[in-house]
Amino acid sequence: MFQKSYNIFIKDIKSELRTRYAINALVMFILVAISVILFSIGNEKVNSDLTAGLYWVVIFFSAMSGLSRAFVAEEEKGTNLTLQLIASPDTVFTGKLIFNLILTFFMNIVITFLYSAFFESFYIKNPALFILTFVLGNIGLAISSTIIASIIAKAGAKGTLYPVLSFPILLPLILTCVQLTIFSFDGTNFESVFYELSIVVSYNIIMITVSYLLFDFIWKD
Amino acid sequence: MYWKIILFVLMTFVSIAGIAFPIVEKPSAWYEFPFIPGLEENAKIIFFHVPTAWLAVIAFLMAFLYSIKYLRSKNINDDIKAYVANQLGIIFCILATVTGAVWARFAWGAFWSWDPRQTSIFALLLIYGAWFALRSSIESEEKRATLSSVYSIIAFFTVPFFIFIMPRIMTGLHPGSADDETSGPIVNFKMNENMLLVFFISLIAFTILYFWMWNLGYKSIIYKDKLNKKLLR
Amino acid sequence: MSNYKLEIKNLSKIFGQRIIFQNINYSIHSNFVLGISGSNGSGKSTLVKIIAGVLSPTKGHVNHFVNGEKIDYEKLFNFIGFVSPYLILYEEFSAEENLKIISKIRGIKYEAEYIKELLAKMNLYSRRKDIVKTYSSGMKQRLKFIFALMHRPNLLILDEPTSNLDNEGKESVYSIIKDYSLKNIVIIASNEEQDLAHCNEILFLEKYKSQ
Repeated sequence: MFQKSYNIFIKDIKSELRTRYAINALVMFILVAISVILFSIGNEKVNSDLTAGLYWVVIFFSAMSGLSRAFVAEEEKGTNLTLQLIASPDTVFTGKLIFNLILTFFMNIVITFLYSAFFESFYIKNPALFILTFVLGNIGLAISSTIIASIIAKAGAKGTLYPVLSFPILLPLILTCVQLTIFSFDGTNFESVFYELSIVVSYNIIMITVSYLLFDFIWKD
Repeated sequence: MYWKIILFVLMTFVSIAGIAFPIVEKPSAWYEFPFIPGLEENAKIIFFHVPTAWLAVIAFLMAFLYSIKYLRSKNINDDIKAYVANQLGIIFCILATVTGAVWARFAWGAFWSWDPRQTSIFALLLIYGAWFALRSSIESEEKRATLSSVYSIIAFFTVPFFIFIMPRIMTGLHPGSADDETSGPIVNFKMNENMLLVFFISLIAFTILYFWMWNLGYKSIIYKDKLNKKLLR
Repeated sequence: MSNYKLEIKNLSKIFGQRIIFQNINYSIHSNFVLGISGSNGSGKSTLVKIIAGVLSPTKGHVNHFVNGEKIDYEKLFNFIGFVSPYLILYEEFSAEENLKIISKIRGIKYEAEYIKELLAKMNLYSRRKDIVKTYSSGMKQRLKFIFALMHRPNLLILDEPTSNLDNEGKESVYSIIKDYSLKNIVIIASNEEQDLAHCNEILFLEKYKSQ
C-alpha cells in the first residue's frame, strides 16, 4: 500500500521536474510575499508577537498558492480517470499527501530561513518547542490543504476558491501555531504549553481521519 | 394549523414583553425584569440575540447531519434539506453577528473587539460563506451535492477547536464567559423567573419559526424541481 | 484459467431529476462479449464507468466475482482494463515511462517481454521512447490498449474502441477482442456495427429509459 503511494509521489515529482510549474512560481511567491512585508515595515521595529503572526500569514498564503497543484494538475491534464483505474482512493490520497508534506516542509524551511535572516525579532529562545510546532503545524497544514485541494480540483474558479475554503478549516490550527510560536520566542517551557500542543496533535488526528473517510466520495466522480 | 396560531401568540408575546417590560432595581410586579450589573438596559437584547445565535448553530448541525445522510443515500432531497438549513443558518448567523455588534457598541464601546465568541461566530460566518462559494462554482447537481456535503462535514469537525482554543488566546468580554466577573453566568443566576420565562419562550418560538421556514424552504425547492422536470418533457 | 463473473443488479443512474437508465439486470461469465449500444448521450459511458467502479450508481449494485469470490471495491481496479476516448495518459512522459510508472503504481511487475509484444502488436514499438504529447490521436488510442492489457485484466471494458483508428488498427483491436474473450469478459460500448458484430449479446440502453 505505502509502496504504491510512494510511486504516485515519485510520478508527481518527476512530472513536476519536467514541467517545473509549481516550484519556480512558489519560490518566487515566497520571495515576493516576504519583500512586501519588509517594504511595508520599513525601519519600524516589529515586536515578536507580530513577527510570529506575519510568519504564519506568509506560510498560509504560500501553502494556498502551491498545495493545490497535487490534485489540480491531475484534473487539468485530464488524467483523473487514469489514476482512478490504477489505484485505490486511499493510495491516491496517501501519495498526494506525501507530495504536499514534502512541498510544505521545503517551502516552510525556506520561509523560516528568510525570516531568521531578515527579521531581528525572529529570535527563538526555545528551539525545541519551535521545531516541534513547525513539524506539527506543517503536518496539519498539509493534511487540510490536501483534502481541500481534492475538493476544489473538481470545482470551477479553483484559484480563488482554495484560500476561501481552506481558511476556516485551517484557522484553529494557525491560531494555535501562532500562539506556540510566540511561546517559543518567549522561551516558555514545555509544561506550560502542553494544552496548545495537544490541540495541534488532536487537530491533526481528527483531520487525517476525516480526510481518509471522505476522500472516497470526492474522488469517485 | 394550531401551531401556527401558537407561534403567532408566542412571537407577539416575546416581542411585546422583550421590548416593553421595564427593567427595575428590585422587581416586584410580574412584568418587571431585574437589573443585571454590567448589562443594564442592554440586557433586553438577550431575547433576540441569543435565539439567533442558537439557530445559527442548530442550522449548522442540521446541515452536517443531512450532509452525512446525503452521502449515504445519494438522495438529492437530503442535499436540498442541507442547503436550506445552511441558507437559514447564514441569515441567522448574520443577524446574531449584527445584533451582537450593536449591543457590543453600547456595552463595550466598540462594534468589534475579537472577543472569543465574536471570533467564533465570525469563523462560522466564514464557513457558511465558503460553503456557498463552493456550491456556486460547481455546475453538475450531483457533484455539487457531494462536494458541499463533504465540506460541511470537514468544517463541522473544526468548530469544536474554536471552543477549546479561543479562551486561551483572548480574554473574554462576553457575558457568561469564564473571564466575565461583572455579569457572570446570566442564564442561571442573574435572571429572575419572569425574565427566564420570556427568554425560554423566545428560544422556543424562534426554534419553531426556524423549522417552519426550513420545511417551507426545502419543500418549495423540491416542488420547483419537479415542476421544471414536468415542463421540460 | 480464471472464472470471472459480472453481476449487475437493479442498476439505475439519475442525474438530478433526469433518468439516464434504470433497473438494468445482467449477469455474465467469462468467455463472453457484451455490447452496449444506444444513441449519443444515452449513457453508454456512464454505464461502463459504473461497471468499472469509477462512478457510483444512484441505485443498485455491480458485483464482480473471481472464482466465486466477491472482489472488494478497494481491489477492483486490478481486475479491470479500460479503454475510452476520454481516458488520458500522462502526456509529459514517453509511452514506455507511462507503462513503467503505471505498473509501479499498480504494484505489479513490469513484464518487459509481454509489453514489448503488445507494443509491437499495436505498432508503437519504434516510438516507445517518444513523449506521448507528440503522438497522433490514433497512436494515443493504441497506447491505451496496452495500458488496458498490461496487467492482464479479467474484465476488459472498451468504450468506443475503434475511434480514431485506421483499418489496420481496427483489425488489431478485433483480434485482441477475439483472443481476450476466450478466457475473460469483454464489454464494448459502441454504435459502430463493425464493433458490435463481435458481441455475443447486445444491451440496448434505450430499453432502460423511464416508462
